[in-house]
Amino acid sequence: MNKLLAEEMYYLMVLGRAFEYAAKENYMQGNISGFLHLDIGQEALSVGAVKAFEKGDIFSGYREHIMAMSRGLEPKAVMAELFGKVTGVSGGKGGSMHLFEPAHFFYGGDAIVGGQLPNAVGCAYARAFLEQDEGVMAIFGDGATNGGAFFESLNIAATHKLPLLFLCENNEYAIGTNIQRTAPFREQAKKAEPYMMTYTVDGMDVEAVYEVVSEAKKQIESGHGPVFVEAFTCRYEGHSVSDANSYRSAQEMAHCKARDPIQRFKKALHEKWLCTNEEIQNIEKKAYEEVEDAVKYAEESPEPEADALFEHVFYEERENVVS
Amino acid sequence: MLYREALNKALDEVMQADDTVVTLGEDVGLYGGSFRVTEGLVEKYGEKRVIDTPIAELSIVGNAVGMAIGGLRPVAEIMTGNFSLLAFDQIINHMAKLHYMSNGKIILPIVVRFPQGVSRQLAAQHSESYEQMLCAVPGLRVLSVNDVNYAYHALKYAILSDDPVVFIEHELLYNKKGEVDFTQKLNPFQARIAKEGRDITIVSYLKMVDDVMLAVPEIEKELGCSCEVIDLCSLNPVDYETLKKSIEKTSRFVMVEEDHKTGGYGGQIVSWAAEEMFYALDAPPLRLAGKDVPVPYNRTLELLSIPTPESIARDIVAWGKKNDV
Ligand SMILES: Cc1ncc(C[n+]2csc(CCOP(=O)(O)OP(=O)(O)O)c2C)c(N)n1
Repeated sequence: MNKLLAEEMYYLMVLGRAFEYAAKENYMQGNISGFLHLDIGQEALSVGAVKAFEKGDIFSGYREHIMAMSRGLEPKAVMAELFGKVTGVSGGKGGSMHLFEPAHFFYGGDAIVGGQLPNAVGCAYARAFLEQDEGVMAIFGDGATNGGAFFESLNIAATHKLPLLFLCENNEYAIGTNIQRTAPFREQAKKAEPYMMTYTVDGMDVEAVYEVVSEAKKQIESGHGPVFVEAFTCRYEGHSVSDANSYRSAQEMAHCKARDPIQRFKKALHEKWLCTNEEIQNIEKKAYEEVEDAVKYAEESPEPEADALFEHVFYEERENVVS
Repeated sequence: MLYREALNKALDEVMQADDTVVTLGEDVGLYGGSFRVTEGLVEKYGEKRVIDTPIAELSIVGNAVGMAIGGLRPVAEIMTGNFSLLAFDQIINHMAKLHYMSNGKIILPIVVRFPQGVSRQLAAQHSESYEQMLCAVPGLRVLSVNDVNYAYHALKYAILSDDPVVFIEHELLYNKKGEVDFTQKLNPFQARIAKEGRDITIVSYLKMVDDVMLAVPEIEKELGCSCEVIDLCSLNPVDYETLKKSIEKTSRFVMVEEDHKTGGYGGQIVSWAAEEMFYALDAPPLRLAGKDVPVPYNRTLELLSIPTPESIARDIVAWGKKNDV
């Protein structure tokens, strides 16, 4: 890491949080609908992991706005997607849970828990097959590690020594149910231990996440097979905007927020990277402005045309397909 | 009482009466269920009978099958229909077939509760309906009621029944209000006449019944006719007797459903009408269904992808005018 990268990651974290709050506000106003899963509290993980995994394919779930923007997707296009506008990442057809941008090797947006894992395995197979250098990162929650797709993926990735980084964001909750009510232990990396190297990291510390994921990336790309990273984190909001978060005590939430990743990194920027107050404020200002622009852009963008309903069911026109 | 409260009451009463009834699913316990159908049950019956499962749909249904074999009466909740696809092997290869394959020796008193359908902008992986697949499997009873009173009675019936039942619920019906008659004896395999009429039989189920009812005044005004609306309640087996009587009276038939048209459930009902009611019909049947596209997120597109009260009225009026109704 260097100062420039540290500043960029701080920018993305502040941008991410401001983006999520703006999305929440617009949800309340009715501009955004459906399911909206906010990543507030988990910014260090989303930003640190995606920045460390600079090239290569990323497959994640539905809590993916900040990952998408860290990957280089335009905040404007992400916000417009949340608004269901034609200028959105997925033309307004996908919404918050379905952000995809192959140009950035970002296959965000799976809303079936664990559903992205076998896809990431397949993509890692393709990368190895085609002898391409970059590996694949699959990001998923603790809840996903209880499903069959997860265990199948561990097994296949390890059998074929695939260049796949499993990144588990352990925020300890699957909607309203604590992971310890549905699994025999809190640390999900234990499930991967028989198959591959595992690491655990404090997911509220962006620098630590960056270091561990960078190291893991080197390993998967050296041909020794998959690696598992588990990052412990905490989401501040409900599971989605429509969840009241009533199952966590005020005390638990306070404990969570005492580890705030943005405050913590801001301190490091001062002390370790010797950023001045002014430098930091400029970064924050730029992030807030970017979010304001994104909202404005989303508001002003047009709705899709009715014809869009039937577009992209298939890639090829039927009449053009011949044997 | 709300639809979800009626379901909750049915579960509660059956659990009270029979210690072997258990309910399992994601977030059904401490959280009270995603749609609050299991609210209060864990406090009353404990964690042994109200089981918070991992996100593992295959196991939810597969475990329910094993529980039934072992002597319990499980009520499994699949959080929403799209996730049930992960459980389809257990639903189809195990739950639906063990009774038959064992020559009747294995008895499976299981209910799988199955919320589904287009809610509000939940996009393609959270909006689908799967009755057509469930009904294509012999060995499953498929209930899907629109009415609050029926919800209470049908769920109770389903849990008491010794056959596997898939109990389909529509996500937008949970807050529907209605009266429950607790003293009534009701057969959920009988279709419900939601409205009597003389000239057109409109058949539907789940939420679409409400949308049809909203469309009816406009249709009756525009065509100067009277519509009979039938809520199927049971999708498998079908109460063809009730349909037959109605169509013999009206001589016209419309099928309305939310799932995709190609391969959709209503094709079965229209095919039955073509085979059995051909000479009773004065017009070709009309079938209104969802478009053959994954359900999009954008609200305008989403509403274009399924029948709405407006589109139902518009399409039935156009069909009626063309066919001299
Ligand atoms: C197969 C499947 N089952 C259930 C759901 C409903 N659901 C959506 S998110 C979620 C919890 C997932 O928790 P976790 O994997 O820990 O991720 P987090 O939301 O904490 O980021 C559940 C049960 C789903 N989307 N897909």
